Amino acid sequence: MEEFIQHLINGLSLGSIYALIALGYTMVYGILQLINFAHSDVYMMGAFIGLYSSRFLGIQEKPGLLSFISVLFISMVGCSIVGFLIERLAYRPLRGAPKLNALITAIGVSLFLQYSGQIVFGATPQSFPNILEDADLLALGGVHLTLFDVTIFMTTLSLMLILRYIINSTKLGKAMRAVSYNGQWASLMGIPVNKIISMTFIIGSALAAAGGILVGMKYPKIEPLMGTMIGLKAFVAAVLGGIGNISGAVLGAMIMGIAEEFVVGYGASTYRDALAFGILILILLFRPAGILGKLNVEKV
Amino acid sequence: MLKVDKLKVCYGNIDALKDISFEVKKGEIISLIGANGAGKSTTLRAISGLLRPKSGDIFFENKSIKALPPHEIVRLGLLQSPEGRGIFANLTVLENLEMGAYTRKDSKELIKKDMEHVFALFPRVKERLKQVAGTLSGGEQQMLAMSRALMGKPKLLLLDEPSLGLAPQIVETIFNIIKKINSEGVTILLVEQNAAQALKISHRAYVIETGNVVMTGLGSELLVSPKVREAYLGG
Ligand SMILES: Nc1ncnc2c1ncn2[C@@H]1O[C@H](COP(=O)(O)OP(=O)(O)OP(=O)(O)O)[C@@H](O)[C@H]1O
Ligand SMILES: [Mg+2]
Repeated sequence: MEEFIQHLINGLSLGSIYALIALGYTMVYGILQLINFAHSDVYMMGAFIGLYSSRFLGIQEKPGLLSFISVLFISMVGCSIVGFLIERLAYRPLRGAPKLNALITAIGVSLFLQYSGQIVFGATPQSFPNILEDADLLALGGVHLTLFDVTIFMTTLSLMLILRYIINSTKLGKAMRAVSYNGQWASLMGIPVNKIISMTFIIGSALAAAGGILVGMKYPKIEPLMGTMIGLKAFVAAVLGGIGNISGAVLGAMIMGIAEEFVVGYGASTYRDALAFGILILILLFRPAGILGKLNVEKV
Repeated sequence: MLKVDKLKVCYGNIDALKDISFEVKKGEIISLIGANGAGKSTTLRAISGLLRPKSGDIFFENKSIKALPPHEIVRLGLLQSPEGRGIFANLTVLENLEMGAYTRKDSKELIKKDMEHVFALFPRVKERLKQVAGTLSGGEQQMLAMSRALMGKPKLLLLDEPSLGLAPQIVETIFNIIKKINSEGVTILLVEQNAAQALKISHRAYVIETGNVVMTGLGSELLVSPKVREAYLGG
């Protein structure tokens, strides 16, 4: 039982991180029907912006809530700019071109970020600074609830609530949903579609940045290719939940995180990464639209 | 108010509009009629900026809008309720109406007041504010589409087949409402399959055939013109 609860805690924590990244995939897909392969590298950039900004601010060894929040904030802003530029420079010029062109460009942008990352940051893994000191908040028998787990969970939860508010209740969020339904019709209502698309990239990238910081804290080695595997898993999580569907991405991510922890916890850690692909194959076979996704049915 | 001058529009290398010129004056209801595929919707799409003309020009209140993006054209007070209604099925009815008012900087109270005014024209829409728009019936969706466009306070309203697929009584209602909207000061450019009804409420009309304007006249004249009767009014 104790072991079970421990795995559940770890799973929720991992799932939260997947969720932060999965949201960016699903939001961009929802609005452009584009799989933004560069998204996982924006997440990587988030971790590195965290690293360099904490050095720059001189807080790399001053753990505390304030350090954590400042680094998180700076990284989110930094990645917003990165995400904005990627859309503006790489994807927007291809709007209207066949979808495949944009997809190939996305792969190109991803490789560009990974290899410029290796040139600029170096290929060897670097230690992420100690911006928050981990501690057991609760130790009951064999179950440990650490400060990091709670931080990861609370950060994710707060960001999700903010996101939900934006999407459901603000003018921007409504416009985002309108554009994702039909961009041409949205423009006929006076909605500046390009601006809304930029905002989608900005928001998705900021969430990925938070993922990068949280991962940097928990698994404190970061390197320019760190996005590949986690990005793939977050993408599978988005597909599992129903790509384009916001709640689906969170649900899929939690399922992925928990499933992965259990696979590892119960001795099959060699299959850790294979799990994602197993899940992907199963969804594609049995429920291609994902758990919450609807296959496109349009009312005429 | 709107002047379309020798408009030519292509899809790839197919000429959809070859030479379209017409004019809409303030306060008018103008109809474009023509067979399927004549180029009526293409004309409206080009006016709204969704298609870039190959040549020719479009003037709204004496200013060329040919190069403006769609959302800026809306800002000038030119709104379109597109073919197939174009409602956002994933948004609620109320959210759809809010999107109609997207460009307006007016106060919440004023927008609310305008919404009440729109509800007076379309009481059915008011009953369903919280409903997801995709679950409305076809007629209700059409009413929502027109309500939504009105929320943008258009000076000129383009309507693409507002009566499509509706039951005869509702068609009647829709045409009456179009007349009413017009009498409240909104200029209207109407595209209709239902040529008889459209001509009855129009001040003037243009007949479009394969991308060309082939005839024009007062609504009442065209209604009795033998050529129009034969081609579009079923003899
Ligand atoms: N996206 C497109 N690509 C290629 N050809 C198109 C496209 N849209 C329309 N066309 C063609 O352009 C011509 C004019 O189409 P349009 O939709 O303007 O006709 P319409 O007069 O509105 O007809 P309807 O009464 O059936 O709505 C048609 O021949 C049509 O096949
Ligand atoms: Mg048409």
